[in-house]
Amino acid sequence: MVNAYHARVTSQPKHTPLRSVHERLGATMTDFAGWLMPLRYGSETAEHLAVRSAAGLFDLSHMGEITVTGPGAGAALDYALTGWLSRLSVGQARYTMLCRADGGILDDLVVYRQAEDRFLVVANASNTSVVLAELQERCATAVGATVSDQTDRTALIAIQGPNAARVLASHTAAALGSVKYYSGVYGDVAGSPAWIARTGYTGEDGFEIFCAPEYAERVWAALLTGEPLLTGAPLPAGSAVAPVGQGVVPAGLAARDTLRLEAGMPLYGNELGPDVSPYEAGLGKVVRLDKPGDFVGRAALAELAADVASGTGPGRTLVGLAARSRRVPRHGYPVMSGDAEVGTVTSGAPSPTLGMPIAMAFVAASAVTGESAGPFGVDIRGRIEMADLVPLPFYRKE
Amino acid sequence: MSVPAELHYTEEHEWVSISGNVATIGITDYAASALGDVVYVNLPAVDAAVTAGEPCGEVESTKSVSDLFSPVDGQVAEVNEELDDDPGLVNAEPYGAGWMFRVRVPAGPDGDAALPPGLLSAAEYEELTKSAG
Repeated sequence: MVNAYHARVTSQPKHTPLRSVHERLGATMTDFAGWLMPLRYGSETAEHLAVRSAAGLFDLSHMGEITVTGPGAGAALDYALTGWLSRLSVGQARYTMLCRADGGILDDLVVYRQAEDRFLVVANASNTSVVLAELQERCATAVGATVSDQTDRTALIAIQGPNAARVLASHTAAALGSVKYYSGVYGDVAGSPAWIARTGYTGEDGFEIFCAPEYAERVWAALLTGEPLLTGAPLPAGSAVAPVGQGVVPAGLAARDTLRLEAGMPLYGNELGPDVSPYEAGLGKVVRLDKPGDFVGRAALAELAADVASGTGPGRTLVGLAARSRRVPRHGYPVMSGDAEVGTVTSGAPSPTLGMPIAMAFVAASAVTGESAGPFGVDIRGRIEMADLVPLPFYRKE
Repeated sequence: MSVPAELHYTEEHEWVSISGNVATIGITDYAASALGDVVYVNLPAVDAAVTAGEPCGEVESTKSVSDLFSPVDGQVAEVNEELDDDPGLVNAEPYGAGWMFRVRVPAGPDGDAALPPGLLSAAEYEELTKSAG
């Protein structure tokens, strides 16, 4: 009856520097984009709620880290990406995209300006090789810009939740109060050199800590337990869920997915892909047509932007749905308006915070304008269940 | 993973307990763990006819939805209404309070409940879960 365990590992997955920590915590591991990652440590619902009410700790070392350095790095990124990265001040971060010439999305990225001549590009694990190849090609003719893959030399640990800043503050000398949302600073965490950024993918306040792999266990242990290092025997079953000391629980990719969905944040492969434009995804603001010079995708994206301005595009739009039944609209299920299929669910899950199934879906723009804005039917395995159109995000922190 | 010796099992990870001509059915500890947190169980209606190997409900968890198969032929006698308010019982006590439905199974030639061929013993089921990794 269970689909989940038919998934088999076909090639040898990569391990993060925190592999043995996850084993000691009794994590259920899963192959994600070629990496063996913690799916959950105990109950994913408890992990989700802990991030909303206290804090959760995530191993995100599978994410791709690519640096672009040199005096021409900013200009090179302005050409390669949709954002205006050369305008960032040192320490600032920006959510941006790598698009094809036709405007389709190859990946969504966070770019940090770490120094005047140094940018850190963080890519989805599944797209790291594509992003690296595209950046190398697009920056090849740039003067004074060097692209370098740092993924294997970088561990990434996120602490997310209302208690994140307080917990992190007790393990760093960095002045976190001056690190605003979407910015970062070099500092130390538990005595380890790190890039500390106030970013995340949960809809909560929180930080992402980039450090060398050899420091990962030390940083993790300090933030999870306040103790120097986790050592010795496996923890008793269930103990991973109970907040220890500082009120921080380890959280896996299952909780990360429901947290980002509630926060209305897109996931590459679900809401974003090469056949999706930033305008369809409701993310047109990441395309900086006002920046000087050409960039990859400018002509196509300018046309799409003109369609938006004239009200003739895009033809479909990303919406939020709240299910009336307890059956969950999931990725790929058809969205119906009466007897007509008007769209497709991109992501759906039971929302732990709201206590009902929620979903994002692409639907025809004509189906959400004027009088006809829902409710919609969702074809859930052959039976239609009703769902109401609701604004995104589903959840916003107080 | 717990696999109680006195129960029968299916390859679809249901367990069956026979008492007289009534079969009590749930999903195994292994299945509940693989699914993650169960958030909703869609059960057959009382008095509905169910057929061994045919889907008769759904189990929704955070990450996936799975068919619930009936391991036996018969008529649904009772469903576990507690699961409506607390589907987490399936994870907490898969062989106890997390049971799902009961089926009246017609008697076979010997007067006992007629069980379909192919049900697994605890040892056979344990072997199955090991080979599934």
